Amino acid sequence: MKNLFKFILFFTMFLIYGFNSIAAEKSHKLLEPSWSFKGFFGKFDRAQLQRGYQVYTEVCSACHSVKYLSYRNLSQPGGPEFSEQQAKIIASQFEVIDGPNSDGEMFTRPARLSDKFVGSYANEQAATAANGGAYPPDMSVLVKARQGGADYIYSVLMGYEDPPSGITLDDGVYYNKYMPGNSIKMAKPLSAEAVEYADGTDASEKQMAKDVVAFLAWAAEPHLEARHKIGFRAIIYLFIITVLVYFSMKKLWSRIESKV
Amino acid sequence: MSDHEFTPKSKFGKWFNDRLPLLTLRNHLTEYPTPKNLNYWWTFGAILTFCLIAQIITGIILAMHYVATSGLAFESVEHIMRDVNYGWLIRYFHANGSSMFFLAVYIHIFRSLYYGSHKSPRELIWVIGMIIYFLMMMTAFMGYVLPWGQMSFWAATVITNLFSAVPFIGDSITNWLWGGFAVDSPTLTRFYALHYLFPFLILGLVILHIWALHIPGNNNPIGIDLKHPSKDKVPFHPYIVIKDLYALLIFLIIFAFFVFYSPNLLGHPDNYIEANPMVTPNHIVPEWYLLPFYAILRSIPDKLFGVIAMFGSIFVLVILPWLDTSKVRSAIFRPLYKQFYWFLVADVLILGYVGAMPAEGLYLLVARVATAYYFLHFLVILPVLGAKERTLDVPLSLTEPVLEGSPNESTLKEKKEN
Amino acid sequence: MSEDKKTNRRDFIFTASYALGAVGVGAVAWPLIDQMNPDASVKALASTEVDISGVERGQSITVLWRSKPVFIRRRTEEEITKAKKVNLKDLKHPEKDEDRAKNPEWLVMLGVCTHLGCVPLGDKGEYGGWFCPCHGSHYDTSGRIRKGPAPTNMEVPKYEFLNSNTIKIG
Repeated sequence: MKNLFKFILFFTMFLIYGFNSIAAEKSHKLLEPSWSFKGFFGKFDRAQLQRGYQVYTEVCSACHSVKYLSYRNLSQPGGPEFSEQQAKIIASQFEVIDGPNSDGEMFTRPARLSDKFVGSYANEQAATAANGGAYPPDMSVLVKARQGGADYIYSVLMGYEDPPSGITLDDGVYYNKYMPGNSIKMAKPLSAEAVEYADGTDASEKQMAKDVVAFLAWAAEPHLEARHKIGFRAIIYLFIITVLVYFSMKKLWSRIESKV
Repeated sequence: MSDHEFTPKSKFGKWFNDRLPLLTLRNHLTEYPTPKNLNYWWTFGAILTFCLIAQIITGIILAMHYVATSGLAFESVEHIMRDVNYGWLIRYFHANGSSMFFLAVYIHIFRSLYYGSHKSPRELIWVIGMIIYFLMMMTAFMGYVLPWGQMSFWAATVITNLFSAVPFIGDSITNWLWGGFAVDSPTLTRFYALHYLFPFLILGLVILHIWALHIPGNNNPIGIDLKHPSKDKVPFHPYIVIKDLYALLIFLIIFAFFVFYSPNLLGHPDNYIEANPMVTPNHIVPEWYLLPFYAILRSIPDKLFGVIAMFGSIFVLVILPWLDTSKVRSAIFRPLYKQFYWFLVADVLILGYVGAMPAEGLYLLVARVATAYYFLHFLVILPVLGAKERTLDVPLSLTEPVLEGSPNESTLKEKKEN
Repeated sequence: MSEDKKTNRRDFIFTASYALGAVGVGAVAWPLIDQMNPDASVKALASTEVDISGVERGQSITVLWRSKPVFIRRRTEEEITKAKKVNLKDLKHPEKDEDRAKNPEWLVMLGVCTHLGCVPLGDKGEYGGWFCPCHGSHYDTSGRIRKGPAPTNMEVPKYEFLNSNTIKIG
């Protein structure tokens, strides 16, 4: 028993340790909306992911790429789950560079399911030049690439406000409550009703922010639902077999214990 | 410990065993007499063996899909996470497996420190163990570079830059390590090759480690020598095997929680940003298991002496059997040492904590004090304790109560009887 | 009596542990094996669309599908007639030409010799079709094996005409 407590103590310290090893300067406590995908039984909300995809396409994709997503991901289980036909149509709206053809030239063709998401810029340098020297980061794993994850991205989207008195920012720089350093070169991207949702949901700023962040969370972790599902089964299995092995061990040791 | 009496049952077994005594080896491992009073801190050897094998298997599988050039490395990891069947599972297993491996090794090392498993006649087991630990750290360091994220790149830059502190030839060494004038694709490919190789070196050393252990046999919580044969020992199979299995299963439950529910908790978000030589992250930190050494390195203001201190902190562990001069093994009978042991544990945890913080202000001061204390513990406190400590009486066997006489006398008596 | 009971209970717990353990080993083994199966990005390329608008009569093109060559030949009337005239009894692997080329003008088949996998050469061989230089297999104008060690005709994959200019293979 004593040893078990010691072990738990160590383990808890170890966890706190782990947490602190990524110590960040938190400017403000982040906004923490409820996410359907958080927690042991977290799942994505299909309709939300589809709305989030719409916000991404209509607002964010002008500057931000998601280069590790493929169009076929849109119809795969665990995601927005558009039908394969819908995903094909979505893909075909974008042009992809292919080639060289038998004449040695590159050509463009409509995207297919097997293609990766097409970005607005040819490369990182073009994206940087077009955005005042600040590269709009690719968002494929952005939710995992920021301390605070989904909460952080949501907070930044909702965190635009007038700078406090005494602080003036250059042109093209905006004040944001949750960005470390409080300045960001992206203008406030979301405004109420910027998008007309296909499913008729009211496109308030908060709604769009939540939806697009959920979409990005899926983009970063497309296998989250499978991971939770398999994890649940694995841990239940481990508990059961641990109990069985424990009793086997007790049975076995009782043979020699009695001889002493 | 001679068990040459073993003869295989089948004719084929005899024929084979005469030419390559694998069956004798199997019999030895099965019958291997193990003290029956071992507590659960002794199960971590088996847990570590599992971790090593698991990392090797998942690592080889990852190697089937990973591409080790700077232009494609990050993308290939995303390919594994998204497209490879169960790739996300194997990758998260391998990444978190590294943390679990180190958690287990620290418990294993601290078990030895508490119960005196590093003392005579087990000094070589300890030294081999330290070499294994060093190789583990190098393997983990190189492995962390492979995903080619921001932390991968900058940790590689910081640590390889340390070698430029060597007088006269420092820059040549660093360029030689890099294969260029900075960390880049050549560095990555060679780290990949070595990351694949080192675990097999570790595997060989683990075999030597276990072999060296089997000569004197296991230590035990009260630290006394057990006679052989002894009714205080049990055959390794099935008694210890099942106990190790039980402990391993508990370990796996904890492991599973990380892999399936918090796979990125122990990592750093910056490593999900592709490596950019033009942009340095605000805080470069290694993985948690390297933090104490990072703290020691940064606590010395001079670059060269910082490196010396960092390697010195490992060296001081290697020579521990000759620093800890007490004749009594187990801390159970060493009340003063026990206190200092827990101070050391606290010191290492503090070092780890400040290692994650910026190296300035109060954090830096604490790091310096903790570093000084670390060396004080090994170089001053241990030898002094060995000479001066009043130890408690050590029992003569697991079941016999302590008879009269000083502890030293009883242990000497044990040695004479053997 | 109680000894028997003891044995039963002891055996049960061990048997149950072993059985559950075997299940666990299997469950762990499967992902380690399945990861070597074609991954999602490879499976996504399982079908290819080919533009055949530039192919003249009597001309062949070769495209890559699932990393293997596919011969697409726009046959001449002569080749079609020759293919249909063949007596099925003369074939090692009897297949009607109509079954191999639904649109008789177009022959689409895997350019892989069914013997040991070499790529046969077009417009060669004694039957006006293909000839495999590796071990001397001769294929006719329908891609059927006529002479040589290959056991079966060149495989016709699943394909369809999306329109008169495009074939989708796979």
